[in-house]
Amino acid sequence: MRRLTPYLLIAPSLIFLGVLFFVPLVETVALAFQGGADNFARMRDDLNFNDAVTDTFAIIVIVVLLQLLLALVMALMLRHVQVGRGLVLWIWSIPLGVSDLAAGLVWLAILTDRGYLNTVLAKLGVISGPASWLTYETPATLLAAIVVAELWRATAIVLVILVAGLELIPKEFGEAADVFGATPWQRFRRVTLPLLKPSIQTALILRTVLAFEMFAVVLSLGGRNFPVLMSEAFNWQYAQQDYGVAAAYAVVVMAVSLAATAFYLVLLRSPAR
Amino acid sequence: MTGRRALFAVGVAVLCAWTLVPIYLIAAGAVGGQAMANAWPKPLLPPSFSLHTITDFFAIAGVWASALASVEVALLCVLFSLLLGLPAGYALARFAFPGATAYRLAILVTRAFPVAILALPLTVGFIRLGLYDTPLGVSLIHTVLALPFAVLVSSSLFAAIPHELEEAAWVFGCSGLRAFLRVVLPLALPGIAAVAIFAFVISWNEVFAASVLTVRHKTLTAYLLSVLSESPLHVQFAGGFVLIVPSVLFIFLVRRHLFAMWGIASR
Repeated sequence: MRRLTPYLLIAPSLIFLGVLFFVPLVETVALAFQGGADNFARMRDDLNFNDAVTDTFAIIVIVVLLQLLLALVMALMLRHVQVGRGLVLWIWSIPLGVSDLAAGLVWLAILTDRGYLNTVLAKLGVISGPASWLTYETPATLLAAIVVAELWRATAIVLVILVAGLELIPKEFGEAADVFGATPWQRFRRVTLPLLKPSIQTALILRTVLAFEMFAVVLSLGGRNFPVLMSEAFNWQYAQQDYGVAAAYAVVVMAVSLAATAFYLVLLRSPAR
Repeated sequence: MTGRRALFAVGVAVLCAWTLVPIYLIAAGAVGGQAMANAWPKPLLPPSFSLHTITDFFAIAGVWASALASVEVALLCVLFSLLLGLPAGYALARFAFPGATAYRLAILVTRAFPVAILALPLTVGFIRLGLYDTPLGVSLIHTVLALPFAVLVSSSLFAAIPHELEEAAWVFGCSGLRAFLRVVLPLALPGIAAVAIFAFVISWNEVFAASVLTVRHKTLTAYLLSVLSESPLHVQFAGGFVLIVPSVLFIFLVRRHLFAMWGIASR
């Protein structure tokens, strides 16, 4: 009986995931490949497909890199905050609980034609009246708006992972570097960064996988002016009711997510101990 | 030196403002109503701020009905995540059994798959089962997203509680289940509350599956997404604000567990 207990305890979750994770996963892949490569051909021939691919990768490369840098700076700054560290940390981690839809609406309030940004710009004399930044004619500023909204929302999760990782590094390591006369930059480059590598890897994997799933922030800021892979999957399923092409998009998102995970695992692998 | 300290303090303050000011601005947009949404140039305070605009805010019917549906879905998701996740977490913490590592890995790997790949075929399956367009149906798929967290975090919670306490309870004649309920569970309760809150936020914020699996009984996220292009701006801002408030509160409640959790998730 005692030998069976752990299996009885994990059985419900296994059965649940089997029915609601594994079965749908297989079904989506089967649905995408129904009729050979036909769904993929229709996906590829769609007007938005090339834009969706380029936009998705552009957003992810820009956002994930900037987020890593910003979160590193914030995490290192936090070590030197002496008064109100808990409060600062709480404020900085608030966006952790904000959905991408809500983040999109927040930045819509700021960046819309009659929004706060334009009010400030008009006061500074840069523009004379309400101006549009989020249309099909202004792809560069629309991209910038989405990058800012994503930076605002999802840097917090990278920050939390890095702060947790920094706390695992023994203080003695840094002190030893000081004893040997290392500059702060050398200390960061030779001691902190290498020891933080596992946390950076986790953060990159998690952020990239989640960024491939981002679509509500794009829809709330730009509508269909800025197609990404997930918003296309959503449109084919929801508006066009064409489940085959939607499934093909879902399979593409899955493939790039898994490829990105494998990429980071190889790129940042820790030497075997 | 004081100059550098001042510069540092300014940097910290700017980053705090970067987080907080946008939240204030959407709050102003939410309670400012139509007048605020159309105002130009935009004032820092709502122009006609009064009880009237507040009651208008609470009268935006779609937002509140769907917020209620969101709460229902999220509570079901919490319930399922705990019912399925706590036993599994306990098994991982207390038993060394063949397959434990494989199970842990399988749970972790589920998170690398996009929710789209799960939600799409469930549309058809749920229609057949009568789960389509119901809070129960949406909460089931949200549980798939929250379960990995519930299992891994609760396993580390249970692992942190000394096994000797349980053994002592057995010596005094408690059964295994009774020892768990009377000794382990009370000690793990704060951590379990944090797990529950995380499951709630995961469900509350989820957009894709909720949109694809509902028509009339939409959650707040699904409702807002469906009216994006047609509803006036102040309704969208109100919805966005209502969406953010619980998240901010919850992050405050679990702030102590945040880092322990991510420390765990990193390994």
